[in-house]
Amino acid sequence: MIKEVEILVIGGGPAGLCAARSASKLGAHVMVCERDYVPGGQLVKQTHKFFGSEKQYAGDRGIQIGKMLIDEIAADPNIEILTEATVLGIYEDGVVTVLYQNQHLKIHPKKIIITTGAAEKFLSFPGNDLPGIYGAGAVQTLMNVAGVKPAERVVMVGAGNIGLIVSYQLMQAGVEVAGVIEAAPKIGGYLVHASKIRRAGVPIRTSYTVKEAFGTDCLEGVVICRLDEKWQMIPGTEETIPCDTLCLAVGLTPLAELCWQAGCQMAFIRELSGHVPILDENLETTVSGIYAAGDVAGIEEASAAMVEGRLAGCSAAASLGYSPQEAKIMLQAAREELNELRSGPTGSKIRAGLQKMSEKKGVKTAC
Amino acid sequence: MRIEQHPVLQFDRGEKVTFSYNGQDVEGYTTETIAAALHAAGIRKLGTSPELHRPRGLFCAIGNCSSCFMTVNGEPNVRICVTRVEPGMTVEEQIGKGEIHYD
Repeated sequence: MIKEVEILVIGGGPAGLCAARSASKLGAHVMVCERDYVPGGQLVKQTHKFFGSEKQYAGDRGIQIGKMLIDEIAADPNIEILTEATVLGIYEDGVVTVLYQNQHLKIHPKKIIITTGAAEKFLSFPGNDLPGIYGAGAVQTLMNVAGVKPAERVVMVGAGNIGLIVSYQLMQAGVEVAGVIEAAPKIGGYLVHASKIRRAGVPIRTSYTVKEAFGTDCLEGVVICRLDEKWQMIPGTEETIPCDTLCLAVGLTPLAELCWQAGCQMAFIRELSGHVPILDENLETTVSGIYAAGDVAGIEEASAAMVEGRLAGCSAAASLGYSPQEAKIMLQAAREELNELRSGPTGSKIRAGLQKMSEKKGVKTAC
Repeated sequence: MRIEQHPVLQFDRGEKVTFSYNGQDVEGYTTETIAAALHAAGIRKLGTSPELHRPRGLFCAIGNCSSCFMTVNGEPNVRICVTRVEPGMTVEEQIGKGEIHYD
């Protein structure tokens, strides 16, 4: 049996939940498929307070924002949310297949919003597959969701915001942070985060990388090495740091498999951190009726993902004919918020990425 | 080890149960994943790679990367980072690629 759905949102993270809510506000019926046990995406492990403005819940912690969105969705009669529901494929005839709590479901939506988020990047060095080497997000999940101390002594790779924030959270969980190393010549994250961990005595060493990791069954230590201005290792600068955990916070890349599979035109845009679907101003992909929002469309912060979600949800509902007047106002508001979030020096990378995207000529095809 | 005191978070872990890991009893909570319970018990090596037999552990913890495959209740290639603890379940280190048994 094929279930008919108006709007299917794939991924119940910040972008997906906001997409569902805004589409529902305009009157559309929405189904959300989330592969985890609980919706909320990565918000459920973010104990730090958000920046931005009040509209993006600045000052609240990610976990609080997640809970608020989840409660709103649960109380919304227009939204059905399936958890433990992994979308497997989007077919030529518009049918979406889902593995839902070990059953195979077929869904036929009128519109699809892909909000599948991102995956953590990896680094290549000898010994990088040893147990004890994690993505920074994994360590966050262990300590902030499960309440398990992930390590005794950790070395963090990457001084972007994730590396800095997770280092601080590790300290809050009682873990010793031996140091943060960063291959770039300067710290990438916000100064406020860097200062917090430096004040606690954690060294942040720029122009350093991991040369190798060692250990028998689990990680026992790493060798770090200094880089020259061409990012080449300088022989003789190696240092061994004993540690049971190495955390990689070296960036994220969009989880865009479903976009590829659905036949969306894709582009590699470095500033958006990988291959992303080419989107128009309504966040519609080149496949008519398929939208994308959040990290899958370019790595940015959760606050931007939430606004993009709202924009995509509005666009999809409006294209089904729901509340055109109200949709227009909501779309305008979302666009203005995005511009505001992306203004200033911290938004320069994303602005450059979006500029490149607007120069790609997407050709619309039917779903 | 479990975090008992945290400046921001409180952990409501639910019911404590026992399951089997490589034949030995391990405690866990029904609200958490097998990966979390094994980590809390100090078990970080989850298996070996199928060809070079190198030790394998958790990497992404959100069901993306396939590094944490184990055999659970006889079923191979289970992502234990997104599979919850159930009382009495058997969790085993997987040898090789595992075999699927059809009923």
